[in-house]
Parts: sequence; C-alpha cells; structure tokens
Amino acid sequence: MNFEIPRKFNALINQAQQVAVEVFRPISRKYDVAEHEYPVELDMLASIMDGMNDGDIKGGAGAAKLRQGNDGETSSGVKNGSNMATILGLTELCWGDVGLALSLPRQGLGNAAIAAVANEEQLNRYKNTWAAMAITEPEAGSDSANIKTTAKLDGDAYVINGEKIFITAGDRCDAIVVWASLNKKLGRAAIKSFVIEKGTPGMQLVRLDKKLGIKASDTATIRFDNCRVPKENLLGNPEIDTQKGFGGVMQTFDNTRPVVAAMAVGLARASIELTQTFLKSAGVIADYAAPINNSLSSEAELYRMEADLEAARLLTLKAAWMADNGLPNSKEASMAKAKAGRTANSITLKCAELCSIVGYSESYLLEKWARDSKILDIFEGTQQIQQLIVARRMLGKSSTELK
Amino acid sequence: MAKDTIGYALSAVNKLAGSSLVKKLKLQRPAEKVAYISTRTGFQVVSTTNAKVQQARDFFKPSTVAKGQQVAVLFDPSLSEDQRLIKDTLDRFSSGIIRESAHNADNHASTPDELFQQAAELGMLAYSVSEKYGGYTDTPSTVNNLIIAEALATGDMGIATALLSTISVANILTRWGTEEQKSSWLTPLTQSVGQSESLFATVAINEPSALFNPNKLKTKVTPIDDCYQLSGQKSAVFIGERADFFLVAATSPGGDQNLYIVNSALKGISVEASPAMGLKAAELCTVTFEDVTLPAGALLGDEHFCYQTFIDLTNLAHCSLAIGCGQAVQDYVIQYCNQRIAFGEPVSHRQSVAFMIANIGIELEGMRLLTYRAASRAEQGLPFHREAYLAKVFCSDKAMEIGTNSVQLLGGHGFTKEHPVERWYRDMRSVAILYGLHA
Repeated sequence: MNFEIPRKFNALINQAQQVAVEVFRPISRKYDVAEHEYPVELDMLASIMDGMNDGDIKGGAGAAKLRQGNDGETSSGVKNGSNMATILGLTELCWGDVGLALSLPRQGLGNAAIAAVANEEQLNRYKNTWAAMAITEPEAGSDSANIKTTAKLDGDAYVINGEKIFITAGDRCDAIVVWASLNKKLGRAAIKSFVIEKGTPGMQLVRLDKKLGIKASDTATIRFDNCRVPKENLLGNPEIDTQKGFGGVMQTFDNTRPVVAAMAVGLARASIELTQTFLKSAGVIADYAAPINNSLSSEAELYRMEADLEAARLLTLKAAWMADNGLPNSKEASMAKAKAGRTANSITLKCAELCSIVGYSESYLLEKWARDSKILDIFEGTQQIQQLIVARRMLGKSSTELK
Repeated sequence: MAKDTIGYALSAVNKLAGSSLVKKLKLQRPAEKVAYISTRTGFQVVSTTNAKVQQARDFFKPSTVAKGQQVAVLFDPSLSEDQRLIKDTLDRFSSGIIRESAHNADNHASTPDELFQQAAELGMLAYSVSEKYGGYTDTPSTVNNLIIAEALATGDMGIATALLSTISVANILTRWGTEEQKSSWLTPLTQSVGQSESLFATVAINEPSALFNPNKLKTKVTPIDDCYQLSGQKSAVFIGERADFFLVAATSPGGDQNLYIVNSALKGISVEASPAMGLKAAELCTVTFEDVTLPAGALLGDEHFCYQTFIDLTNLAHCSLAIGCGQAVQDYVIQYCNQRIAFGEPVSHRQSVAFMIANIGIELEGMRLLTYRAASRAEQGLPFHREAYLAKVFCSDKAMEIGTNSVQLLGGHGFTKEHPVERWYRDMRSVAILYGLHA
C-alpha cells in the first residue's frame, strides 16, 4: 500500500509545472479578456507536449494515450502507466490555466475517444490529429443517448446530418469526433463515433459561444448538412450490437472522467495556494497545530478545503490507477469526477470569499478561477450524472429503474 | 534451536487453526490459506537461498520498509496478501459475532467478556506486539493496525473500541516504551492473553471541558523527588473499570504533554462509569486522580517520544473506526432502500434517495484514502502530521454526515431501535470528539 507519487513521474510533473508557470500564468488573464482569440503562444508548446507524450514514461502521457491497461507490468503486478501520467501532467497544467490546457493542440477529448475505441489502423492514422469531441446537441445534453444527428451509409461513405454544440476546441482542431446514430429505432446501441476532418464539405462552423469562464478555450457550434465521411472513419466496430449497447462510445468516459477530475484538482490547488499566501499576509498561519475547533474560522476553512481537495486528488489517482491496471473503473471514475468537480467549484468560490476584494478583483486570478471551475462540475457528465452512475453501480440498478 | 520468524508464524497459525472460534466462524479456509502460505514459505527456507529466506520472513511482516529506508514504490491502493487475510478473518468475526452482540452491548453499556476472549483467541493483541514481548511480529505496522480497527468497527464501533483499548496501549508501548517499560507492562499483557485473568489497559486523554484541546491538558504532573504526583480528571476513558493500568496524558510544570503509566490500584484513583451519547459498549468512565504518587519510571518513553505523533496516530485510529462504521452504514442502507417500497417501487429508484447513497459511497472512499495515505506515510517513515490532521478533519465531518443520513434514509424506522442506524448515528458523533485509541 502506497499513496505517494512514484519518483519516475517527477520529470513529467516538473515539465508540466514549468509550462504552467512560465507559459500559462503570464497569458492567463490576456485570453480571459480576449475571448476567442487564438493563443498563438501555444503553438510552440505543441512540440514540447509531443515530447512529453513520447517521453521517458513508458506509454507516455496525454489524451491520446488513455487506454485501459493490459500490456506489460512490473514484477509486483502493479502498474503506474499512461493514465496516471496523463492526470499528473494535466493537474499541473490546469494549476496554470484550465482554458489554455484545453486548447493544447492534440490533447483534445476527441483524442481520448480515439484512443479508447479506435482500431490499430485508425490509431496510427490519427496519431498526429488534434481531435475535438462533439456529443452534445441543442436538444440533448446529459441525455446523450437521445441525440438526433444521423449517419447513413451511402456507398463508401457515411452521410452525416445534424447540429452539435459545446465543442471544446471545435474551431481550432484538425478533426472532430462526432456521435451520430446509424438507426434511431435501435436506440443507444446504434450510436457510433465518426472522425470528421475539418474542411470536409457539408460541415459548417455556426458560431463560437461566449462563456462564464475558460474563455481561452473556444467552444463551437457546428452543423453537418449531408456531410460525407469515408466509411473507414467510423471508430471501432460498425455492427450494431444491441447486447453491448452503449458500451463502445461510453467507454471513453471511464478514461476521460479522471482526466477532468485531475483538471479540477489542479485548479483547486492553485486557488488554495494563492489564498494561503494572501491569508498569511493577513496573519493567518494555518499550520495544523491546534484541533480544527480551536483554530480561527479562516484556518478551519482552509483545513476543510485542503481535506476535500486531498480526497478528490486521491479518488482521481485511484480511478487512473485502476485504468492503468485494466480494472473496470466506471464507478470510481464517476466518484472522482463528482468529488473533484464539486470540490473545485466550492473551493474556488470559498477562496474568492476569504480573500475579500482581492478575491473578487480582476487584478488577481482568484475570481477567474472561481468562474473557470463551474464548467468542471458540468462537462464530461454533470455532477448529477456522475451521482446517477455511482448510485446505479452501488445499488445494482439499471437506467430504467433508477432514472 | 531458538524459534525464528517462521516458528512464530507457524505457532500463530497453529493456535488459529485449533481454535473452536475458527470453526464457528467458518474460517477454516482462510486459516488453511495461512497454513498453506506458511508451508510454502517453510519450503522456501529449506531451499536456503537468501532471497527466499527473506520472502519467508516477510510473511508476518508488513510489506513496507523501515524508517528512513526509502525504496522506489509505485502508487498502489490495494491490500497485500497478508492484509487481505487479516481483513477477511476479522470481517467474519465482525459480521458474525460482533454485529450480533452490538444491540445488547449498547443496551447494557458493556461488551461481553466472551468477546474479549474471542478477540484474544484470534491473536489480535499478539499481532501488533513484537516476538520479544510475546507477540508474533517484529515490525508492527500502522496500516495493519488500522485495517484491524476498520474491520472490527464494521461490526460495531463501541465493541471495536472496547476490544482495541488494550491493543492500543500495546501499540503505544511497542512504539515508545523503554526496554524496562516493555518488559514490565507489555509482556504481562501479552502473556495474560488466554489466561483466566487476562489484563486490560487503556489510554486516558479526554477531559471534561468545552473546546477540549489535547495539547493543553488540565491534568497535571508534578515531579517530587524521584517520583511524580498526578492530579486531574479524565473523561470518556474506554473500559475504565476493567483497566489494570492506564496511560494518562498530562501536562508537566514546563507545559509539555506526556504519557504516564499509572497502575489503577494506586491510592487516590477513583473510577466511575459515565456513559455518553454513543460508544456505550466501550464502557466509558470518568477517572479521577487525586494527588496520586507515581513511581520513578512512570513517564512513558524517552527523548524519542513525540506527543504530537502520538495524537496523530490516535486520530488515525478513530478515523478507521469511522470508516468501518461508514461501511456498515453503506451496506445497510443499500439493502434497506432496495427493499423498502413506496409509491409502488423501491425507494432507491428515487434520485433524492439514490444520490444520498452515492454521496455516502464517495465520501467514505475519500475517508479511506486520506486515512490510509497518512498511515502508509507513517509506516514509510515519512512526515505525516499534515496528512493525519486532514484525515481527522475529513473523517470527523463525513462520519457525522454519513451517520445522520443513515437515519434519514430509513425515515421513522431509522429513529427506532429496530434498526442499528440510530446507534451508528450516536457512535459517529464521537469521531470528532474522542481520543483514546492508537494505531
């Protein structure tokens, strides 16, 4: 039993921390103000990130490396692999800036989807593609089985029709992984994911949304009108397997939920650290000396936030560890996402409160983080969806019983 | 030939295998597995390669390293094989015997004598004590101590507390006692196990004041010549009336907090039963010390004793009780809410109910991870004060949240003694308040 981060990840964590400190933080406010402007500073980062992905950590880090582990292992049979590397790196990057981390080329959630369900040929074909993820529609958010976008086989291509919203990096990416139904009568089993490259005729950027936070990240609406996609761009198996149901496409989430949880952990830690600094200058020490009820109320708030953050962090590590070790982690991934999402939101809001005007002013980053954090309790499955998943697993209920 | 580690392991296995309790609990299979492992390791000794001897020695040894000796280890939240065996064995004891006794033990504010005997039969005290003083192990493990506490508390927190009191004293003596103190106090404890008059001991920390702070004790010790004089009052002392000796936390004239070994037969000590809201089976007492003269050598340990570390390990023990009880709550409310029908379907089909259960699951897992991280750092010789502090903060809040939600989920039924949740509600209140066990 050991809960410390192995030394082999030190180099990766350090690299990511350097990026966060030297690149993200200095431009963090700039792109919060200049919403939708492309952060040109990130282009030079792409090659650094590629270096990180292919670095000395076996299997590398990053969204494109997220796969349920089943290959080599250590003598003890336990692995700390690419899922752990990814969440450790992303935690540091999001300590810097969540919006910018989401805008890193080739780190899109679409890449995670490709990694989770693509076959070997597709993995190879898309290895240098920056892929965004398009699931949500105007009439279907959490209820992702109810999407209306369709895909009809016509010769050697699928014809896609429909509208997708809230596509993170949807404007900047090279391709979009789109969920569409092969046959709406067959329900969720007929939903497949397709890689649609930018510039494919019939694909149109409708607009970019203005948001509460993570403004550095572009959030696009894209319409598909008779958009023809080569047959071989369907990820995974084209057969409709009603037994397996949603399994294929939903697999993605077991790997990406700990990733979003890790983002929340990084953001919350940033907020607590800066708050500790500000409170220290106001005379609050918070050195864990006296029991919590014998401490100042501001100290007690800090302790509770730190404890919640530590719970979120460890739940996230455990979910990633399970993925690395090939253990089914759907419940744990959702536990991590639920805890980390709500914790990051409440911590960043409380930090803004504790720091008074300093916390509320645009002269500092606390107010920005308090806005950025809200999305982390919403995307990749809202708090409520995570609780549903956890509850169904704990209670042994199906989605028709526990709705 | 002197008995070596394998010898001790085998004798432990032997006692376990011959126990009638083992048969009653249907523990033969785990016991056989222990036997299998020791036989396997035994064979490896015969082959006499050093590596294999070491492997064999590791059998009753936690799979971590001694203080200051760091090795490259991976993140790994899973239990080792021997930890799983401990847990499996005690889970059966817990669900089979402790849980069945819990209602009456709470009602009578007392843990039945048989339970103390059965715990002794399972070797629980000996497990945390080194061979030299009559136990099984030469490297006591904080993590294993917590696994034991958690497993027992899954059965009942009050009974677990009663059973763990003497073990906690053994843990403290093992960690900090001087050689002399170990032979005078620890060896008699382990030797008395299984005898007609087994010895009991307990730790006295709590005092009857609002905003109690264990770092600012009112109980005072004054050095007089070679001896000490002890005065003050301790409350919520577990199994206070049974205890043959106490470890009393008190302040020296210089303001330092220390532990003193106090024979309960000394003049000036009075013990009175003093039940509280919960943990009734732990037989809570108020112990008053009126100018009690303690002999030289009563001060526990030497310059290596660290009161803050003692408090940290105390907090971790109470965290693991909360985790065990939280697990009991989780298992119970899942079953109840799946069976209870309202509006034509199980109440668990309602999100308002299901989400409360999801949150019990989420926070309970958080409690476990925080607590075991602190313990594993302690065992690796890493600093762990901050981690233990945060575990205590988190477990204190979440234990009560889980406790109050357990009653809420059962509605009016939860408020009655027909179900154990009202007892768990009362027990969980203690997590933030009481000190007295030790990992």
